[in-house]
Amino acid sequence: MSEQFRERVATAAAGLLQDKVALVTGASMGIGEAIALDLAANGAHVAFTYRRHAEEAACVAGRIEQRSRKALALQADVASFEEAQRVVAQVRDGLGQLDILVNNAGMNWDAVVWKMTEEQWDQVISVDLKGTFNYIRAAAPILKEQGSGKIVNVTSINGLRGKFGQSNYSAAKGGVIALTKTVARELGRSNVNVNAVAPGLIETPMVKQAPEQVREMALAEIVLGRLGTPEEVAWVVTFLCSAAARHITGQVIQVDGGQYM
Amino acid sequence: MKLEGKVAWITGAANGIGRATALRFAQEGAGLVLGDLEEGALDEVAGEIRQGGGRAAIVAGDVTRREDVHRMSEAALSEFGRLDILINNAGINRDGLAVKVKDGQVQQMGDDMWDPVLAVNLKGAFLCAQAAAVPMIQRGEGGRVVNTSSIGALGNIGQANYAASKAGVIGLTKTLALEWARYNITVNCVAPGATATRMTAGIPEKLMEGLLAKIPLRRLARPEEIAEAHLFLASEAAAYITGQVLFVDGGISVGV
Repeated sequence: MSEQFRERVATAAAGLLQDKVALVTGASMGIGEAIALDLAANGAHVAFTYRRHAEEAACVAGRIEQRSRKALALQADVASFEEAQRVVAQVRDGLGQLDILVNNAGMNWDAVVWKMTEEQWDQVISVDLKGTFNYIRAAAPILKEQGSGKIVNVTSINGLRGKFGQSNYSAAKGGVIALTKTVARELGRSNVNVNAVAPGLIETPMVKQAPEQVREMALAEIVLGRLGTPEEVAWVVTFLCSAAARHITGQVIQVDGGQYM
Repeated sequence: MKLEGKVAWITGAANGIGRATALRFAQEGAGLVLGDLEEGALDEVAGEIRQGGGRAAIVAGDVTRREDVHRMSEAALSEFGRLDILINNAGINRDGLAVKVKDGQVQQMGDDMWDPVLAVNLKGAFLCAQAAAVPMIQRGEGGRVVNTSSIGALGNIGQANYAASKAGVIGLTKTLALEWARYNITVNCVAPGATATRMTAGIPEKLMEGLLAKIPLRRLARPEEIAEAHLFLASEAAAYITGQVLFVDGGISVGV
């Protein structure tokens, strides 16, 4: 017991994820940024992708390095299969290994279904669903071969319940949940845990721009009576990436203040 | 330490998952009130915690009796002056088919199997949650309640009583989450899969092989792994999670 205790204290002091290498997609701001920073705060070296916000990405990389962790910011569109292959190879070359994949990159482009264009549908599905597949596809051979790894996909409570004006987004996020469960089955015997987090409405730049009405309607649903913060989602992702969650796989953890039960 | 200055009450703490949770919480700095029917085993757990420099009070008692439950919650206040966390872990099983007809003989799951399982697993969780919420609400600083459901809640042959009690815990969890959110008390539950405790020790080898084949991670959980889920839900990391069921089951519930 005391031996085990000392070991625990040593691990805790060194960080839950000491020297693991993580790849987070879409981490120049919002929830992705919080995830990248929290993984680094717990000892991981962090590579991440961004699409357009190079300055913000450089800032996130700087904050990771301030924690004495290695950072690698890579420009990529997650919807591209080839770029996912390239990014994962760059992470392995640049940071030497890959232990954790967090599929966070996502977008919404809302319209009621009778007004939704084909472009709106295709783009959201490409980024949110195919993007998640692209990175799992690129990382899976590595994780399978090493016989360990963690994959966490960021979905949404709207992928569970549906949402007015979000047929494309809800379908994509629901697809991510089915993808999570399937890959959990396929990689389980290779000791790779595959889970998802499903945030409710979170205080992000995207949401700060939303009409006041959207916030008010969400607040009326949230039993804890407030929006969540990106950090509160990140803490749960870190937990799922840690040894503490090693018997958890195929699950969807809602981080929504009780917004959808 | 994640639970520095916090006080946690853990039921069924003498063995298995409850014991592992008590030891884990002690490592994270929590003061502990440990309840169980088995006073001797409970005393050993408390001794182990004190040896490691932790603080633990024990209360021998039955979670199905209001007066015993009251003694447990009172112990938190008298020993530590506060209560922040309840881990509703005490549970039992008494397995058998609901109805069995063989060679003209009818056998049924009797009241002696149904009543105690419902009493401990469901009513016991309710009584302890009630008793814990009162000082949490009075103090006004919020709190955490973590209940224990099970993959058994999804249905399992030979466990009509256990499955009903564990599915009931999910309904209880969600309702209390709604009722107590205004006090910043989060209420969640952990749903373990097959875990290596004495509850599963009696499973015949043949059945165990079949069970393992259904678990994507191909092994039982260790009690320490369920303790980690308890710690997570009791910690700051889970501040925005309420009304949820966290399966820790190696993937067995996926697709069920």
